[in-house]
Amino acid sequence: MDTKKDELIKMYTAMVKIRRVEERLMEVFATGVIPGFIHVSIGQEGVAVGVCSALRKDDYITNTHRGHGQAIAKGIDLKGFIAEIYGKRNGVCKGRSGSMHIADKASGILGSNGIVGGGIPLAMGNAFASQYLNDGRVTVCFFGDGASNEGTFHESLNLASLWNLPIMFCCENNEWAQFTPIEKYIRIEEISKRAAAYGMPGISVDGDDILAVYDAAKKAVNRARKGKGPTLIECKTHRWFGHFAGDKQKYRSPEEIEIVRQYDPIQRFQKRLAELNILDEKDIDSIEQRIRWEIEQAVKFAEESPSPEPSELFDDVYGEEK
Amino acid sequence: MGELRYIRAITEALREEMSRDERVFVIGEDVGLSGGAFSATRGLLEEFGEKRVRDTPISESAIVGLAVGAAAAGLRPVVEIMFMDFMTLCMDQVINQMAKISYMFGGQSKVPMVIRTPCGAGLNAGPQHSQCLEALFAHIPGLRVVMPSTPYDVKGLLKSSIRDDSPVIFVENKALHAISGEVPDGEYTIPLGKGEIKREGKDVTVVATSRMVHQSLVAAEELEQEGIHIEVIDPRTINPLDKGIILTSVEKTSRLVIVHEAVKAFGIGAEISAMVCEENIDSLDAPIIRVGAPFTPIPFSVENAYLPGAQDIINAVHRVMDGI
Repeated sequence: MDTKKDELIKMYTAMVKIRRVEERLMEVFATGVIPGFIHVSIGQEGVAVGVCSALRKDDYITNTHRGHGQAIAKGIDLKGFIAEIYGKRNGVCKGRSGSMHIADKASGILGSNGIVGGGIPLAMGNAFASQYLNDGRVTVCFFGDGASNEGTFHESLNLASLWNLPIMFCCENNEWAQFTPIEKYIRIEEISKRAAAYGMPGISVDGDDILAVYDAAKKAVNRARKGKGPTLIECKTHRWFGHFAGDKQKYRSPEEIEIVRQYDPIQRFQKRLAELNILDEKDIDSIEQRIRWEIEQAVKFAEESPSPEPSELFDDVYGEEK
Repeated sequence: MGELRYIRAITEALREEMSRDERVFVIGEDVGLSGGAFSATRGLLEEFGEKRVRDTPISESAIVGLAVGAAAAGLRPVVEIMFMDFMTLCMDQVINQMAKISYMFGGQSKVPMVIRTPCGAGLNAGPQHSQCLEALFAHIPGLRVVMPSTPYDVKGLLKSSIRDDSPVIFVENKALHAISGEVPDGEYTIPLGKGEIKREGKDVTVVATSRMVHQSLVAAEELEQEGIHIEVIDPRTINPLDKGIILTSVEKTSRLVIVHEAVKAFGIGAEISAMVCEENIDSLDAPIIRVGAPFTPIPFSVENAYLPGAQDIINAVHRVMDGI
């Protein structure tokens, strides 16, 4: 098996894993065992996996409140991830972050963020540290179309470009800012055009075509690693579900909710791989089975994990206990 | 031992910590080429180069956010926000990011960084360049708030703040930048959370911060003529607060006046007052009096009518001596 084929199957597997994990999360969320709320990224798997496949294990990402896919694509351990979403002690953040603020330094996830646009300057800081320490790492900053209207987006793109920071800005444009459609908050057709204002390259790609995403990300990441500075990549994609799990989407037409499913990035990639004779029905089944087994192990781990102790309430408020 | 101005004591602390630790860098508007709006970073660009002394665009959120991300990835940034009033431009990065990361991510990332920012009226800088906003930040778990009053303290506390593994809001006072005081030549640090008795006395405890420490010392001289001996305590750090030094003093004097330059209402004086009542109300022989600025924006032209001063402190001391 050549490397290329291997990598393509790995990418396909990661996409399916994200889809199945989020489907399972929605299922258990509906039963009330997960505290708070979750935001699923189903339909956007091509962006998370396409981008993260272009990264090294020690590269950094910062992700968003809709960040499950990005975390899984970057290689977070599924047990610690699901236990965190359950708010359990064995979660990757000791049960303090939940779905929305997961970080996993071991896999280079420096943090997802509950504040729209809040993570953009932080990602720039991660990239600054890499440049300062000359550690060869690249940071990918994920954010949404809505975040591109926050001041932090504009301040950060300007500064990152000015200082040639090793970062790629990835705008996942799913055409919805919470409950509001894109025509109500952005005049321009392509958010990537905003890059020109800050003197960096910007391109828009079909975010539901994983290979298009991968190619664009690879170029941007290589460019950043060579010290040539940041790139803004807009990945046009689709949000299949509501803003949060359980959102009845009364603000959205039933037709549109159906239509977006036609862009299924997994189906498209599967078809492509089948045409290339890389994937057959048997492979697909075995991938599905393996993923389901892994998810069930992780769910079981989460269910059996203890909750944090009230005595841990004061841990880690400060860098060192005084 | 030599005399050093407050602003130069800051520069010395920065220089020493940058020499000591390669991970320390300075970032902010005008900190490089011009040496800082108040000259705190003068000479650092020449000595340490552009890599470690970073002039930035006027983008406070990006500056602070960059520092937070860099700190989480292993560096030790020292940010300058030119006026404390401008902290309002980066509040999400300070409150939701910088203060939360250690806790929210289960201790995976520390955020060892300092934001230096000058507060205070006295330069006729008006309502948007003169505020003392320390209470806003002291209210946020995860932040430390430091407020030094002398050249000796500012140097020792800045060095400790840079070495601390938590984010620190380091509040200087513009009116103190020019004062001189004794600063030893050698290396020293002052631990965060340790107050100091600036003048001993037996009759009234006066807890004062930043510039008000000096106003309290002026008041102490005058009160001494009347035979009233006040004990002036400078907590030096607002959070963590040295409760012990305050409670011990009140135990001795039975009377407490709290003085700060910020508006009196909802300020740290209320916190200290409540703390003393909760911990040891029996030690008090008189109600606690707070001295602070009136509840208005800072006026451009009649600052002396606005700023708390020695006479206000003397009046407050008389009131607690009379049992009101």
